[in-house]
Amino acid sequence: MHIAQQILFIICAVIAVYFFAKKVKEMRRNVLLGRDEDLSDNKDQRWRNMVLLALGQKKMFKKPIPALLHLVVYAGFIIINIEMLEIFIDGVTGAHRIFAPVLGGLYSFLIGFFEVLAALVLLGCVVFLIRRNVLKVGRLNMPELNGWPRNDANLILITEVVLMSLFLIMNAADLSLQQLGAEHYTATEPFWVSSHLTGMFSGMSAATLVGIERTSWWLHILGIFLFLNYLPYSKHLHVILAFPNAFYAKLVPQGEARNMKEIQNEVLYMMEPDKAPAATADATPPRFGAKDIMDLSWKNLLDAYSCTECGRCTSSCPANLTGKKLSPRKIMMDTRDRMEEVGRNINENGEFKDDGKSLLHGYISVEELRACTTCQACVEACPVSIDPLDIIMQLRRNLIMEESNAPGEWNLMFGNVENNMAPWKFSPDDRDAWING
Amino acid sequence: MAEYAANGEMPEVLFWVGCAGSFDQRAQRITRAFTQILDKVGVKFAILGKEEMCTGDPARRAGNEFLFQMMAYNNINTLNAYGIKKVVTICPHCFNVFKNEYPRLGGNYEVMHHTTFLQQLINEGKVVLKDGGAFKGKKITYHDSCYLGRGNGIYEAPREVLQAFDTELVEMKRCRSNGMCCGAGGAQMFKEEEQGTTRINFDRAEQALETGATIIAANCPFCTTMLTDGVKNKEKEDSVKVLDIAEMVAMSL
Repeated sequence: MHIAQQILFIICAVIAVYFFAKKVKEMRRNVLLGRDEDLSDNKDQRWRNMVLLALGQKKMFKKPIPALLHLVVYAGFIIINIEMLEIFIDGVTGAHRIFAPVLGGLYSFLIGFFEVLAALVLLGCVVFLIRRNVLKVGRLNMPELNGWPRNDANLILITEVVLMSLFLIMNAADLSLQQLGAEHYTATEPFWVSSHLTGMFSGMSAATLVGIERTSWWLHILGIFLFLNYLPYSKHLHVILAFPNAFYAKLVPQGEARNMKEIQNEVLYMMEPDKAPAATADATPPRFGAKDIMDLSWKNLLDAYSCTECGRCTSSCPANLTGKKLSPRKIMMDTRDRMEEVGRNINENGEFKDDGKSLLHGYISVEELRACTTCQACVEACPVSIDPLDIIMQLRRNLIMEESNAPGEWNLMFGNVENNMAPWKFSPDDRDAWING
Repeated sequence: MAEYAANGEMPEVLFWVGCAGSFDQRAQRITRAFTQILDKVGVKFAILGKEEMCTGDPARRAGNEFLFQMMAYNNINTLNAYGIKKVVTICPHCFNVFKNEYPRLGGNYEVMHHTTFLQQLINEGKVVLKDGGAFKGKKITYHDSCYLGRGNGIYEAPREVLQAFDTELVEMKRCRSNGMCCGAGGAQMFKEEEQGTTRINFDRAEQALETGATIIAANCPFCTTMLTDGVKNKEKEDSVKVLDIAEMVAMSL
């Protein structure tokens, strides 16, 4: 019996880890479809950002109530995972609570502590579910979340509630078995939370209790294996990617736009032709700005995978707040959707086969891009250092420089800047006329 | 600047007026207010005059990188030819380009936004506001421009200038790093807004009016225009004024 369980456990673990690793490799490949960008500078600052922003969740605390709830769920998630070590060893070796005899009283304390966290996580997730589905918090109920994103969010929360419940039920059944003096169930001191739940098992036979305990144990661990493999398809991926994303966050002031070296050189060679290198016939002109995900930087694509669709960006976006189509969150969701579409295309064809689609137009419309004021509120708001503005700007560049797609007023402004050196049609000779005013 | 150069002299600082400050009638008043302060304090400053060109900011934000690079090339050549070291500007967009974007293109200058410049003059005791300033007892609210605030993290210098006035400074709900845009940035100033339920400047002006302030202090010529229009939309232009911090200081000398 035990041997069968052990073998089954090992098989499940291997399958879970194999498929997760395979998916991670695929995601890495997808991110690297983006343009190269060297972000290996200034490591000290980058580590600091990771500790403060990802581990310390500094930006979350701009909204204290969700931040506190999130901290509980997050701390619970991380700390309770220490218990996973024991579950894993038990699963492989067929032992039961292998650390209990070794740690003695400390063991009961630790499990009790995990149980308190589990109860808090459970509570936190219930409140999150209420915020989403009953209170209908604005930023969590926008049209771009219709369909899968909304189900994804609820599924994550329900899964956590179920996993935590299983953990507590398993412990309560264990305690009941201990009271019955069942063989194999090492006596511990009563755990803080589950000791209050044993009442529901009173009068049950040892066999039934073992059944409950084992079922909970198995459902809990299988749930975790499934959840691990669900992550890559979910917005919940941020639990992992928040860390590298904060590490690779933009370090220059938010106001600084990405420079286009190729155009800087173009202008230089035009103005000072002697500096131009000899023309090479095979040089393919680069694409100006971004039309599709391959034209974006790999960091933009990592951003897209890191987004957990919390909507802090959109709820601070002046364009969105005044009813325009633009939503920075949707920009990130679109980028991820398109990247995954390209990924599937590569999986099927071995390499990317033109599908006649692109991020620009296919996912993100001109109207959305035109509404941006480049105010950086979205960049500032993001707790995990995502920069939607950088993507918006690159798509805008493609619109202007490759499609010559600009509203008439902008074309006039461009003409004025070029000819009158000011965005309005004034004579450059009058530039200092204000002196006489 | 050409005159200074002809005499073989260097000004203490080059005042970069910017397109709005040069041509826009409302913004010209900010320009004149700022130069009035500089004159009063005796700061030796120069302007490029007819040699100044748009920094290229609106072109870059709209997506026209080529035009931006052209303007940058020309401006940097002019400034470097004069050997300019220090620049002050009344426009946060120009400020941002000078501080963050020209250095990568070979234009390295010490650049200051005029509110920081004014804060220093006040701290050094060179600017003293007469009788606590011209706005005694009034309520003031301050609008953070995106490119001074979030873009470059300057939130305190303008507030310190305002604290020198004998007035009450009240904050809007959205202020500092959470401040809301006036709606002009990203080259929106030069086009009609996309379709929505309201205009951004209407929304922002309402937030400012909610504070009960009678003066809305700004640090950007574009914000000043946008907020003034927003106040007009609420028909409050008789009781509430939108002023640049330089104008407020100039009125209090």
